[in-house]
Amino acid sequence: MLENTLGDGSSLIHGLDPKIRILAAVFISVAVALCDNLVVAAGYLALACVLILVAQLPPKEVFKRLNPLFWFLLMIWIFLPLTFGGTLVFEYKFLAVSYPGILLSAKITLKSTAILLVFSALLATMPIAALGSGLHQLKVPDKLVFLLLMTYRYIAVIQEEYIRLLRAANLRGFTPKTNLHSYRTYAFLAGMLFVRASLRAKRVYQAMRCRGFNQRFHSLDVYPPTALNYVFLSVMILAGTGLVAIELTLS
Amino acid sequence: MHISEGILSGQVLAAGAAITIVGTAMGLKKIDYDQMVHVAILASAFFVASLIHVNIGPVSVHLILNGVVGLLLGMAAFPAIVTALVLQSLFFQYGGLTALGANAVVMAVPAVLVHFLFLPLLGKSPRLTFVGGFLAGFVSIGLSSLLMALALWFTNEDFLKTCIAIISAHVPVMVIEGIITGFCVSFLLKVYPEIIPLRKSR
Repeated sequence: MLENTLGDGSSLIHGLDPKIRILAAVFISVAVALCDNLVVAAGYLALACVLILVAQLPPKEVFKRLNPLFWFLLMIWIFLPLTFGGTLVFEYKFLAVSYPGILLSAKITLKSTAILLVFSALLATMPIAALGSGLHQLKVPDKLVFLLLMTYRYIAVIQEEYIRLLRAANLRGFTPKTNLHSYRTYAFLAGMLFVRASLRAKRVYQAMRCRGFNQRFHSLDVYPPTALNYVFLSVMILAGTGLVAIELTLS
Repeated sequence: MHISEGILSGQVLAAGAAITIVGTAMGLKKIDYDQMVHVAILASAFFVASLIHVNIGPVSVHLILNGVVGLLLGMAAFPAIVTALVLQSLFFQYGGLTALGANAVVMAVPAVLVHFLFLPLLGKSPRLTFVGGFLAGFVSIGLSSLLMALALWFTNEDFLKTCIAIISAHVPVMVIEGIITGFCVSFLLKVYPEIIPLRKSR
């Protein structure tokens, strides 16, 4: 489940320093989020697609990642045009399709797709340890970085516990239904998950102390500080500010 | 329960980010390194628990359990939930970067609140424990959907109907989370009471 499928490519983006990628992703994402113009939003989407191409991500994986978003957008497209006020483009009995609703749905579609593609291209393409060291270099508190790496490390372990508990329940003939018994079973299952997590945490901490853990993780990935990093960051900042400038002149 | 990217206004996103930074900083301050591993692995359990689906009639919803995390961790629930959300966006792409703050507020603020509101009810009697757990689950989901609706409403008042739809859609989820949190807390108190930070004089 938690395989970092995009993490081990060899594209230009995969070779960039994590902190440069984090900075670029934050900058572009914020610019997209603040954008309020349909044409400019389309520009951001184009920029995001270029990044996906540069990162050489397999299209199938990218679509798989966008799947939850597509369902959400489908809901938006059904819901917003029918409930939003303003000028109507179409009216039939109780059905009233509003123009601002359609406009807003289109804007949300472009913006959210752009932000998620930027995220996939720049952040999902690094191993989580690299993300940790990048955040550390950007002065994110050590404790938060530790929390991120440690939580990631143990999700797969806890998930195995969950599968084991579920298998045990199934072997005892548990079939989930809409009744109190099912809810109680799931509650106990979740509770047991927390118990095992807590007990494991104790053992893990003791083991780490025994091995001289000094509250610091070291990243073994080396990202050479090449000029390419700064070129990339400058191009991203230029593209972002360019689109912001276009939006300001259009409005 | 996620607010997607590209919807909220700049002001709401900035407010969400600011509250998240303050909450995370306060939470991190409460955790010393002896407890870091504990918080981290409970955050993993919170992440995994959100993969559990329960049936309501013909449909199924996934558990959220931010009420349980709040009860167990208090202020430390804030950074734990933020971490889980970051990992969710990395692996499932449930969200991107800019809505992270708002989503963290939606999930974590109710978790911390129910800790202070309902923890005192736990451990007094089996019935009171269940009631406290039920309220923690019920109220945390209720508050979360309310915060989500507020974020949308502050963005654009025309979202009113959407807000009402969101809150009403979450009423059955509130009841189910309440029941499950009630059972879960009763279970924890019986099986492994040390996990619940009761303020008892020992």
